Amino acid sequence: MFDKEKLASIQSAKEGWDNGTVAKALGKYKERREEFTTSSKIPVERLYTPLNTADLDYEQDLGFPGQYPFTRGVQPTMYRGRFWTMRQYAGFATAEESNKRYKYLLEQGQTGLSVAFDLPTQIGYDSDDEIAHGEIGKVGVAIDSLADMETLFSGIPLDKVSTSMTINAPASVLLAMYIAVGEKQGVSADVLRGTIQNDILKEYSARGTYIYPPAPSMRLITNIFEFCSKNVPKWNTISISGYHIREAGSTAVQEVAFTLADGIAYVKAAIDAGLNVDDFAGRLSFFFNSHNNLLEEVAKFRAARKLWAKIMKERFGATKPRSWMLRFHTQTGGSTLTAQQPDNNIVRVAMQTLAAVLGGTQSLHTNSKDEALALPTEDSVRIALRTQQIVAYESGVCDTIDPLAGSYYVEALTKKIEDEAMAYIEKIDALGGADKAIEQGFIQKEIADSSYNYQKEVESGHEVIVGMNKFYIEEKPVEGLLRVDPAVGEAQVKKLKAMKENRDNVAVKNKLDALKEAAKTDANLMPYILDAVRVYGTEGEICNILREVFGEYRPVEIL
Amino acid sequence: MAEKLIRVLVAKPGLDGHDRGAKVVARALRDAGMEVIYTGLRQTPEQIAAAAVQEDVNVVCLSLLSGAHNHLFPKVVQLLKEKDAGDILVVGGGVIPDADIPYLKENGIAEIFTPGTPTSKAIEFITSHVQ
Amino acid sequence: MELLKEARNGNKRAIARLITLAESEAEEASHALQQLYAYTGGAHIVGITGPPGSGKSTLTDKIVKKLRKEDKKVAILAVDPTSPFTGGAILGDRVRMSDLNLDEGVYIRSLGTRGKLGGLSKAVHYATKILDACDYDYIFIETVGVGQSEVDIVKTADTTIVVMVPGLGDDIQAIKAGILEIGDLFIVNKSDRDGANRLSIELQMMLDLNAVKSEWTPPINMTVASKSEGVDEVVEKIKNHFVYLQESGELTVRRRQRLETEIIDLVIQKLTTYMTKKMSKEGSYEEELNRVFNKETDPYTLVNKMLNESLK
Ligand SMILES: Nc1nc2c(ncn2[C@@H]2O[C@H](COP(=O)(O)OP(=O)(O)O)[C@@H](O)[C@H]2O)c(=O)[nH]1
Ligand SMILES: [Mg+2]
Repeated sequence: MFDKEKLASIQSAKEGWDNGTVAKALGKYKERREEFTTSSKIPVERLYTPLNTADLDYEQDLGFPGQYPFTRGVQPTMYRGRFWTMRQYAGFATAEESNKRYKYLLEQGQTGLSVAFDLPTQIGYDSDDEIAHGEIGKVGVAIDSLADMETLFSGIPLDKVSTSMTINAPASVLLAMYIAVGEKQGVSADVLRGTIQNDILKEYSARGTYIYPPAPSMRLITNIFEFCSKNVPKWNTISISGYHIREAGSTAVQEVAFTLADGIAYVKAAIDAGLNVDDFAGRLSFFFNSHNNLLEEVAKFRAARKLWAKIMKERFGATKPRSWMLRFHTQTGGSTLTAQQPDNNIVRVAMQTLAAVLGGTQSLHTNSKDEALALPTEDSVRIALRTQQIVAYESGVCDTIDPLAGSYYVEALTKKIEDEAMAYIEKIDALGGADKAIEQGFIQKEIADSSYNYQKEVESGHEVIVGMNKFYIEEKPVEGLLRVDPAVGEAQVKKLKAMKENRDNVAVKNKLDALKEAAKTDANLMPYILDAVRVYGTEGEICNILREVFGEYRPVEIL
Repeated sequence: MAEKLIRVLVAKPGLDGHDRGAKVVARALRDAGMEVIYTGLRQTPEQIAAAAVQEDVNVVCLSLLSGAHNHLFPKVVQLLKEKDAGDILVVGGGVIPDADIPYLKENGIAEIFTPGTPTSKAIEFITSHVQ
Repeated sequence: MELLKEARNGNKRAIARLITLAESEAEEASHALQQLYAYTGGAHIVGITGPPGSGKSTLTDKIVKKLRKEDKKVAILAVDPTSPFTGGAILGDRVRMSDLNLDEGVYIRSLGTRGKLGGLSKAVHYATKILDACDYDYIFIETVGVGQSEVDIVKTADTTIVVMVPGLGDDIQAIKAGILEIGDLFIVNKSDRDGANRLSIELQMMLDLNAVKSEWTPPINMTVASKSEGVDEVVEKIKNHFVYLQESGELTVRRRQRLETEIIDLVIQKLTTYMTKKMSKEGSYEEELNRVFNKETDPYTLVNKMLNESLK
């Protein structure tokens, strides 16, 4: 952005500054550290100047919002048009209680729903399964059948909200239930808006709620892509997630690299299944984490956007601009919250919110201050939502697009993250792609190494966590935490039993048999699942049928 | 004669897949010179107790983030007792509210490590409580 | 000894205890081993070796499941390397076998290699004896194929299985010299991957080149362990090999040989312990060492003198 002559003059001035002013100051006072680095171990220089961005080509590297390569944002007007979707992940206990929480959040000005499911639901077990004992309704809502789903969205018109569902291995079943609820409400599938997470690769590498082995799992995913492109065109069919990769302990660079590598694997799988890239690519969405290192995070989002655009255009030959866009949801970093002095978490979340917004997110979940202790209370959820609203309405950062662009540091960091992530992606390509790299334990090992290194740095005090390993105080235990009543489990089991007695069990058996036969062929399974769901076949029944045909995944444990 | 190594079973009962903590603990214990048997995700209390007995471990470390600890942790202790292995030290970690700790301790969990506890504390506890 | 009785009655807690004792070379253990010796000899001991990640644990899991259908009692010793720096280890083979955890007829034990660099620890040998005496029909020993352990395995096992996988770079290079001699059974696992057929053919060629030294021709089996494919055949081959060993009389020969090595090892070990103790106790040793160092005498003379004095 500067001509050669100007750069040379800056260079010599900088040398003068280094050797004169700085050297003198260093003679008197040492800096706090020998070396400064970001969380990804990218060295941070004392000062960034035009010299650091000498190679930056504005039109190629940054461009304009809403235009390739989208470094500056995917929409032409960004938050001048409308703010991001404020979407709080919520769901606990029973469908009735979650339904109440959703209505409350919508009244409070939230603009989209985000459903958290309990673990048995996420792993495809009904509440009456032995293995579900003690887990029902604990980390999210328990959904066994269409009956629960009807309750969950009772009084919420599905043509008026967009709903995001954190569901992966059994994503097709839950999506089918959502479609069926729409049918009952008289809302046709082609107007339904929302997202299913549906990202199985990160389950293997970071989150752990898988069911089937990779091949049949990838098939279920491409089945959904195909079905939705014809029947539910406004649905985001996958949310390719770096969030959990980061939570598992990766660095920011690894978060970008492993997420995009997963994305590449899905695109490849869909193309191999015979789909046209431009038919599904526009419905791919992403999900990232937002941590405390503000400027590194902003650079991370910008780098990810640019990399994906290049990958889609150059590698996969997508031609529609929408196929090139990396649209993403963000959640603030759960692992950055401390159980100690939980009020401090409000500040962390505010900073992370700012990072996500300066990074150009499309939607955001802010964590509640007490999430390191238990499920959030209504009060703490409200503060978290208010944090987003304060940044939106009061900070002024939304009034112009990508305001940090042109910062020597942010641009240099964006480039660095892009390069390092690309180097990882090439390595993963050499291993045969993300699915193969996971099978060989490569990604898991990289994440575990980073997480262990970080832990050691925290324990040595090199990394400071305020209130935890520095500025620690003795505290009384926090009171008023939300608890899930153990009776919830029993009630849910009872409800399920009653439902099973009242439904048409012959119809259920027929539909499940049909699903089983179809699973053995290479038919698209969505219609069969939808049929089974409509007659109140349960999630567990459907998943068990598929377990019989597909088998179950055993993890690669790399330590 | 070779000195006696401390053997630890690191297990994740319940259904949650967040094994970051368990893996960090496993590595830290290894680096402290212990033999760590890692069982992986989604282990039932029955499986954990059976493995602990067969492996003749000194310690079982349970890690859980789903909130089902009050149900699952005491179950492991009870099963160990039934197998005549009540001498095996059982410790737990994860997102566990302070209010639950007394109950867990009453039910045989020797110590609970909540988020933010340095691994050195767990190592110290184990070394000082095994024999 | 109570523990011994309990162990022979099938109490896994007692068996586990005994193995721990043997592993730490406790005095009680050698008593136990003395008494258990009479009961040994009934088990078919199978070694499984191969590179890390080749599917040894997965394969073992599937083989054992098959044997369990025939109601055989099976024990598994899964050996992983100990960190030479900290002495600690992470033993993760159980992850692949968690379905077997609750099976009464299965005992699984993870062992670190501890002292012996990359080799099969002495403890494995003792553990095998204990399990053998506790009436396990099969004992599987899984070790990571890094050099010495493959050779060590032969010393303990009746049947040695070598697992290979396609796609480990230059396949044929990976077939180390020496590994061909020790395998009684070769498995090309992950044969769902490209290159499995080629690997199998190349392996066959190398085996053909190898001088025939017995009636048994080591078969090559293709498997997809993760899907149980080809596992039944492997089980059959394992059994065939044992029948061959029995009928040809080789079992007797091998086991006698093994016994001999074992006795020699024990003698060496005892002698070493004895001499080291003696040397560190006797003040004169330091002096003698100095004398050797100052070239007043030489090491050979010294050792001869020491031995002569001790073994009179
Ligand atoms: N594709 C494929 N993967 C396999 C096969 N057998 C095992 N695996 C996988 O390979 C990985 C390593 O297996 P493991 O049994 O732990 O190997 P070990 O280190 O030799 O014991 C695991 O992810 C297994 O699921 C196979 O036949 N085909
Ligand atoms: Mg193994």
